[in-house]
Amino acid sequence: MSTINEKKRVLLDATAIANILQHMAKELAKKNHPGTDVVLVGIQTGGVQLAHRLAEQLGKLWGRTVPVGQLDISMYRDDLDHRFAPKVHPTDILFDVSDKTVVLVDDVFFSGRTTRAALDALAELGRPKRVQLAVLIDRGHRELPIRPDFVGQTIDTAPGDRVDVQLPDNPQECKVVLEKSAE
Amino acid sequence: MTWTRKDLLDLQSLSPEEIITILDTARVFKDIGARPRKVMPALRGKTVVNLFVEPSTRTRISFELAALRLAADVINFTAEASSLRKGETLKDTARNLEALNADFIVIRHSAAGAPHFLSRVLKAHVINAGDGAHEHPTQGLLDVFTMLEEKKRIAGLRVTILGDILYSRVARSNIWALLKLGAHVTLCGPPTLVPRTFEELGCRVTHDLETAIKDADVINLLRIQHERQRKTMFPGLGEYTSLFGINRARLKSAPPDVLIMHPGPINRGVEVDSEVADGSQSVILKQVTNGLAVRMAILYLVNGGKLPQELIETDAGRASDALNSQQTTSTAE
Repeated sequence: MSTINEKKRVLLDATAIANILQHMAKELAKKNHPGTDVVLVGIQTGGVQLAHRLAEQLGKLWGRTVPVGQLDISMYRDDLDHRFAPKVHPTDILFDVSDKTVVLVDDVFFSGRTTRAALDALAELGRPKRVQLAVLIDRGHRELPIRPDFVGQTIDTAPGDRVDVQLPDNPQECKVVLEKSAE
Repeated sequence: MTWTRKDLLDLQSLSPEEIITILDTARVFKDIGARPRKVMPALRGKTVVNLFVEPSTRTRISFELAALRLAADVINFTAEASSLRKGETLKDTARNLEALNADFIVIRHSAAGAPHFLSRVLKAHVINAGDGAHEHPTQGLLDVFTMLEEKKRIAGLRVTILGDILYSRVARSNIWALLKLGAHVTLCGPPTLVPRTFEELGCRVTHDLETAIKDADVINLLRIQHERQRKTMFPGLGEYTSLFGINRARLKSAPPDVLIMHPGPINRGVEVDSEVADGSQSVILKQVTNGLAVRMAILYLVNGGKLPQELIETDAGRASDALNSQQTTSTAE
């Protein structure tokens, strides 16, 4: 693990992320048999790129295209009265989620509140057969009884730390950075 | 950028970035309007009061629907059936509404500055739905949204606003938004209603229709407001139509892809004839659809806007977190 400065630390580099995604795809393929209607839905904005990367891996394992959508949860947040309005992004799901296995995909699992909002947002679009949650990083500090089904890496953090997942189009530039809070 | 204002009072005081934030937000809300289930819970439990001291149908319905789509409760309050008729002051009326825990007050008033006044005396979010001849910010925003959607740009766009500019709040809000985003604005109409003083804002002023439309990308027609016209200022409907009314023949002077816009309600046969109003270049009904998306965006954005003292006393930490999280790629939850 390399150090950028005292506060910022690269937790995962591009190779590590690629390996983790491959492993997660295998887990997904194992728990959801081929032929079942699995679709991936990335949560805006951090989960979208991740969902595409996972779908690519899953597609290779199954030899078919796995549909990917993107879901904006701004309207369903529980803290809208306590912050400036978050930027809204498009919800773009070009398939019916009803009776599908929807895998929600997010980059970091923290309080669980984003997932709660995503479940509400998803319910507006149909009635999935089941919903699973896949995250690249579980950083702890859950505040709700929600737990991911697929986790890339679990890490120890303090509540004030920042976990920055960078997944640009070029896979070589992907990394996960932990920024410790100033204490 | 992050929207921080508690109210939407006018477009004159907004930065170009704030206008773009509204347009971007409205873009997403427009997509939601096309879904089978259109209601989102962003304002659940909130109360929106439509305080329309001046008559309006489409703006009030548009605000009402926008609030309902965001799951807010709506109360409509019109001057005809209200205590304002009994001599209650605007301030007292508004304070009574606030005492009932209204969270948003959407106000239309014949006095310019009425929304600004309310914003100083109320904690509720105040949205200007038209104040006198001053501004009609949501109309200006929906017009710019429509132009952007149809022409894919605002910077460099040549927009001609035609009609009674002097008494038009729609014209003023259009002018502010368009100039801030880099459009070229031409104003045209009878000299009494289109004074040269508008040149000081950076608009081109002409009283010749052909000059005004020959290189226009957009013609935004204003309604001739019979109810507001002072007889001394207005040449008469027949003369207006013969000099400035838009019909198929006259439109031949304009580029073939010119966009025809109108805030409604249309006086068919006065400022525009039916063939043009219903023609392929007309986006008048798209403006109505876009108005709903813009008003949803405004309600959503100002809901997060805070009073200065709220920021200092209670929400400073979380509000600044919100600012930070807009800048990094992903902080998750």
